[in-house]
Amino acid sequence: MMGAGSIKAVLTKSPLLTFGAIVVSIIVLLALFAPLIAPYDPAAINVRDILFPPSWQHWCGTDTLGRDVFSRMLFGARVSLAVGFVAVGIALLVGIILGSIAGHYGGRIDAVIMRLTDMVLCFPTFFLILAVIAFLEPSIWNIMIVIGLTSWMGVTRLVRAEFLSLREREFVLAAYSLGISSFQLIWRYLLPNAIGPILVSGVLGVAGAVLIESGLSFLGLGVQPPDPSWGNMLTEGKDNIQIAWWLSLYPGLAILITVLGYNLLGEGLRDIFDPKTAKR
Amino acid sequence: MIPLLIGITIISFGMMHLAPGEPSVVGNEFNPKVSSDDIERLRVYYGLDKPLYEQYWNWLKRLAILDFGNSFSADARPVLDKITERLPVTLWISILAMLLILVIAIPIGVASAVRQNSWFDRGMTLFVFIGFAIPSFWLGLLLMIWLGVNANLLPVSGMHDYGWQQMGFIEQQLDLMKHLILPVFVSAIGGLAGMSRFMRSGMLDVIRADYVTTARSMGIAEHSIMYRLALKNALLPIITLLGLSIPGLIGGSVIVEQLFSLPGMGLLFYEAVLSRDYPLVMGITVIGAILTLFGNMLADLSYAWADPRIRHGGK
Repeated sequence: MMGAGSIKAVLTKSPLLTFGAIVVSIIVLLALFAPLIAPYDPAAINVRDILFPPSWQHWCGTDTLGRDVFSRMLFGARVSLAVGFVAVGIALLVGIILGSIAGHYGGRIDAVIMRLTDMVLCFPTFFLILAVIAFLEPSIWNIMIVIGLTSWMGVTRLVRAEFLSLREREFVLAAYSLGISSFQLIWRYLLPNAIGPILVSGVLGVAGAVLIESGLSFLGLGVQPPDPSWGNMLTEGKDNIQIAWWLSLYPGLAILITVLGYNLLGEGLRDIFDPKTAKR
Repeated sequence: MIPLLIGITIISFGMMHLAPGEPSVVGNEFNPKVSSDDIERLRVYYGLDKPLYEQYWNWLKRLAILDFGNSFSADARPVLDKITERLPVTLWISILAMLLILVIAIPIGVASAVRQNSWFDRGMTLFVFIGFAIPSFWLGLLLMIWLGVNANLLPVSGMHDYGWQQMGFIEQQLDLMKHLILPVFVSAIGGLAGMSRFMRSGMLDVIRADYVTTARSMGIAEHSIMYRLALKNALLPIITLLGLSIPGLIGGSVIVEQLFSLPGMGLLFYEAVLSRDYPLVMGITVIGAILTLFGNMLADLSYAWADPRIRHGGK
């Protein structure tokens, strides 16, 4: 599709993409190597070091049980990214399957699938997520599944729209006239040509999933303490808002930077795949 | 619209009842004073012993006459009463947030488009990206620490100060406003970013349109072109976006109300979910869905009202 030279050109031309890619890679690396980087054991309770403000020993201070906030944030990054990736994986799977069926077959099947999509779209999804999580017992697996199953609508619409426009193209007609099966047509010709927008919505989806997970954990319906997640660390920040600002500041900053990184990466990729909007 | 609503209720009803843990059992599992007979009696009392489709049908039949049933909680009050006393708080915050979004985002979007690639435009783009990425509850926490705890300017929780009953009318309203500033701002931040971005690109599209070029070639003043011609056309899609932002505001109310301890529908939903109050959860879900559908319909209608091309059925 594009050679190494043009990738280089894009990187210098699109600072968004470069910046986003750097931020995302740093966060992924920090999460992957959290056990090696963390200066303290994230679960180690130390009653002598309770609620220390940030210092050279504890970069981001300590919490109400004397645990090192910076180390806990590194492990929280693993939770956020894992939820983001798996939830987006589920959303992409559901969205691509439904969107392909709707876009390829059209007619009544298309109408039914698009109705369903509209229905879920105008649902206050956060309510649904909350209810399901609360009834299912909050756990990281349930969160991933529920977020994934409530965020496939955008992908479905996108894949369908791409297929509808691709269907009229000559190479697809040619493949058709050669008697290729529907599955082969979708898998070998339609999907590869729609991969750009799918990738963009996947990257932006990770950002959305990270935000939802942090909100759920903040409400106490996400990752359960003592396992660290940025959201449940902020709950502790709220409980100690009068005395310990650092418990609120740093985990939220981590969320902001992560989501910002993924959004910039997504927007940058969109500029590459869709040159029409790039000039804005 | 009605089939859509019924579809939504079937999904929520099914999900809620298929999940493990019944209200008659939760909290009583290890209580030696509660025998299995008692649990069975509770199930019959709540109608949970019947098959699922029958429970749903009974619930739907009562819904048709606006009877949402009684809450499973100890007070056993009608669900509709519980919701209507909490709804105004959520509605007010959502409406005020929407107004704030409109009042701030439209000028920002227009100014960025008119002065594309200026320093103002770049600064606003940065603001938009941060606004998209910032978790609203974290922004709320920081503002609480900064304005509430450190500067002691604004209250950090609830709707009223102590001694609200003793205040005069004007004082009461001022007190209420003070309590609502932070929640409204926090609810608005995401929409603010989205709307100004949307306004900017809408305006840019219009500026590049042929009829704007025509107007320029006719020698119409740049000022009139921007604010009379372009602005009107760019405003149209905003109406749709407002309708679409309703689910977000309603969903977000859970977090904002929990953060600021505001007695609204979101907080009620949170409590209902935790105590497995089926009728209340269903009631709020239905009301939320109705509000959303209503918002979408309103958006469609006002769009048709604002755009003659749609009103006359053309394309």
